[in-house]
Amino acid sequence: MSDARQHLTDDLTDRIESFISSRQQKRLCSSYDVAHQTVDLARRIISQTRWSSACELVETLRTVGRWMSSAIPSETAMGNVMRRVLKIVRDEAAVSSDGKQNDPDDLHRMLTAQRASSDDLTVAHPNLKGAIIESIHELMEEIEISGHNISIQSLEHIHANEVVMTCGHSRTVEAFLKAAARKRKFHVIVAESAPSYQGQKMGKSLAEAGIETTLITDSAVFAMMSRVNKVIIGTHTVLADGGLKALNGAHALALAAHHHSVPVVVCAALFKLSPQFHCAYDQDTFNKIVGPHDVLPFAEGGVLSDVQVQNPVFDYVPPDLVTLFIFNTGGNAPSYVYRLLSEFYHPDDHDL
Amino acid sequence: MSSSSSKRGSKDIPCSDDLGSAAAQTQAAVPSAKGEAPAVEQHGQTKRKTKAERRAEQKSAKEAKKVSKPPAKEPATDKKQKMTLEGSNAPKRVPSNIQVDDKKHQAKVAKKLAKQQAPPRTEVQRQVKMFSHLHQFKREESLTAHLSFASGGIHPAFLRLGLQYAEGKICGSNARCIGLLAAFKQVVRDYETPPDKALARDLDNRIKPYITFLAQCRPLSVSMGNAIKQLKVKIAQIPPDMPEEKAKDRLLTAIDRYLYEKITLADEAISKTYAQTKISNGDVILTFACSSIVVKVLKDAHHAGKKFRVIVVDSRPKLEGRECMRRLVQHGIPCSYVLLNALSYVMKEVSKVFLGAHALLANGYVMSRVGTSLVALVASSYNVPVLFCCETYKCCDRVQTDSFVFNELGDPEDLASAQSNGACSKLEGWRDIQQLNVLNLVYDLTPPDFITMVITEVGMIPCSSVPVVLRVIHSV
Repeated sequence: MSDARQHLTDDLTDRIESFISSRQQKRLCSSYDVAHQTVDLARRIISQTRWSSACELVETLRTVGRWMSSAIPSETAMGNVMRRVLKIVRDEAAVSSDGKQNDPDDLHRMLTAQRASSDDLTVAHPNLKGAIIESIHELMEEIEISGHNISIQSLEHIHANEVVMTCGHSRTVEAFLKAAARKRKFHVIVAESAPSYQGQKMGKSLAEAGIETTLITDSAVFAMMSRVNKVIIGTHTVLADGGLKALNGAHALALAAHHHSVPVVVCAALFKLSPQFHCAYDQDTFNKIVGPHDVLPFAEGGVLSDVQVQNPVFDYVPPDLVTLFIFNTGGNAPSYVYRLLSEFYHPDDHDL
Repeated sequence: MSSSSSKRGSKDIPCSDDLGSAAAQTQAAVPSAKGEAPAVEQHGQTKRKTKAERRAEQKSAKEAKKVSKPPAKEPATDKKQKMTLEGSNAPKRVPSNIQVDDKKHQAKVAKKLAKQQAPPRTEVQRQVKMFSHLHQFKREESLTAHLSFASGGIHPAFLRLGLQYAEGKICGSNARCIGLLAAFKQVVRDYETPPDKALARDLDNRIKPYITFLAQCRPLSVSMGNAIKQLKVKIAQIPPDMPEEKAKDRLLTAIDRYLYEKITLADEAISKTYAQTKISNGDVILTFACSSIVVKVLKDAHHAGKKFRVIVVDSRPKLEGRECMRRLVQHGIPCSYVLLNALSYVMKEVSKVFLGAHALLANGYVMSRVGTSLVALVASSYNVPVLFCCETYKCCDRVQTDSFVFNELGDPEDLASAQSNGACSKLEGWRDIQQLNVLNLVYDLTPPDFITMVITEVGMIPCSSVPVVLRVIHSV
């Protein structure tokens, strides 16, 4: 790994380190910002490092991706974007060597399970760099308008006088609902999601946009579910089996919706799609535990020494509780997620 | 149904008040007296009743029309449901506190409240439309500001009790019932029969405004409602020629007995006889919010030497779980504490869930603190057994399928108050935003498919057996 790092200039190393530290110190919070910065970093790496063949570039990018993912394991957007970039590099290399389009949708190719041979990567090509940079720009654009692409689909999913339930604060869902509210009148119920109270922020923002909003406590979710027509939530990550790594409380919400036969719609941009699986119901490797002072403040006094307090951040929602995914490329069922994975990520990169 | 016998008793007292009113009064009250051994009736009324009985049979077809105009002649509070009797055509009366959207009805109720000196409550500035059939009051600065100390005012024990309910200082259905009965005992002790009146009727009249006051402070719980019904039956059973001291002693003994049998002994039975058998060594027990009976069960199990640990799940805005946690820690039980969001995270290691109930409904649903149904849902999805602990006096014959038609709404400001870490609330100034409503539900309904078992003092029953229990209780 150290020889790959040597390819990186000092400037690049500095940038990567400051990016990691800003994420660790929570200055960068949303997945969108993380994804955007990662693409920017990747573009700089491609343009500024010396590489003669695609193989070396891939190795450098994988090293950087591994470095960033191990620094902040819970932030999957960094790894996902790196894998996208790697797929772009491999595709462009294959195109330049073959001279013909490596059409991934070619049915014949799918059926005979042909893959681009790895030999292609070690051959140097003159205009490979230019092609890669162009594709990276396209990726950057796609990430920038992903929110917009999701919200223009909103009118297909929300009908008039509907009651929609959501929880927590997701910028994607907020834009989705606001886009629909421009043309339709509907009602939103927001669960406040203690202890972060993100739901309160969401409720206030939706109401200020003119949407009729009701704010409820998390405990009232089951009680109110009988009046709800749809549950629309955002997520932190979409896992490879179609399940979700969403904010805590999403599993209970999805179970309540399932009991009342209410469809659960998840709005997520494609950079949230991760090739990782949820490995153990243990959740120790899956979840992130933060400080308990939001749950039980220090002001409670002596009892704190006798009690264990836990404050997990994420929740796993199994794919059978999710009805529909709305990605920026369109709507999909959870069973289709594996296909998207093979379209956007190369199988060699699943393990950075 | 034999459960109507107690209702009949309570219904007779109001009709006997209005002896001065027209015969139509007795007509409305007559179905209540049909076929009853009139131990409680005044002698003068017996003849009128049999005549009126016949009249009732003739006019039973018009009864439905008459009921649709809620009679101003009917002075009794509508808070308790009036049951139909065997063979009678009088339809069930809907409680007035779920008819808030009916303006005419509310006007009549307001007049009655003013007559009884009950403090008025102000409605919340912006009501949630889905709950416009329920009262949505905001917290008052002072409920008793306007009360005069003229004779016939509300007894100070009830004033104190009402204020304690409104502040939330007495919270939980058992605690509220015990407080209520203690206040009643004080009232009975201080009571003096006026020279020309009968104790039974007069005491009952005295109690009515107290109950209205309490209901204005905070809606009556099912446990309180059942206790009041029992008390009224006991009062009505006092013969008119009994000396005052003896009558008061009898009432006090009856109240003590009710407390002892229905609450203290029942709790002992639930805890020591039944629930202990369900707790084994190495268990991880989950509980939600604070239920006095569940705390007792866990405490007794711990003293019996069983080794287990408890996870307390809590929710906003009441945060009652902290109280539960403190009590358990005091007894030395190892505890964990989480908020409701972390439920899926902790549920994988839970072996049993013990929950308390506010009321057991006749169709098998359990009414409890809001959030209980979510706990039961997640537990049943992880195949963890859910056990409710509840005394039988909390069984009620109401049926309900969702949490909307009958509920209590708290003050929405509770959600907007400052968060625990001292940061100022994200919801500050929410009243200025026209489209934002804040909803603070107090109770919710758990469907029977999530409930494994209900532990009562008569045994461990499935929740569909509640009507059987009701029948057994009322036939005693």
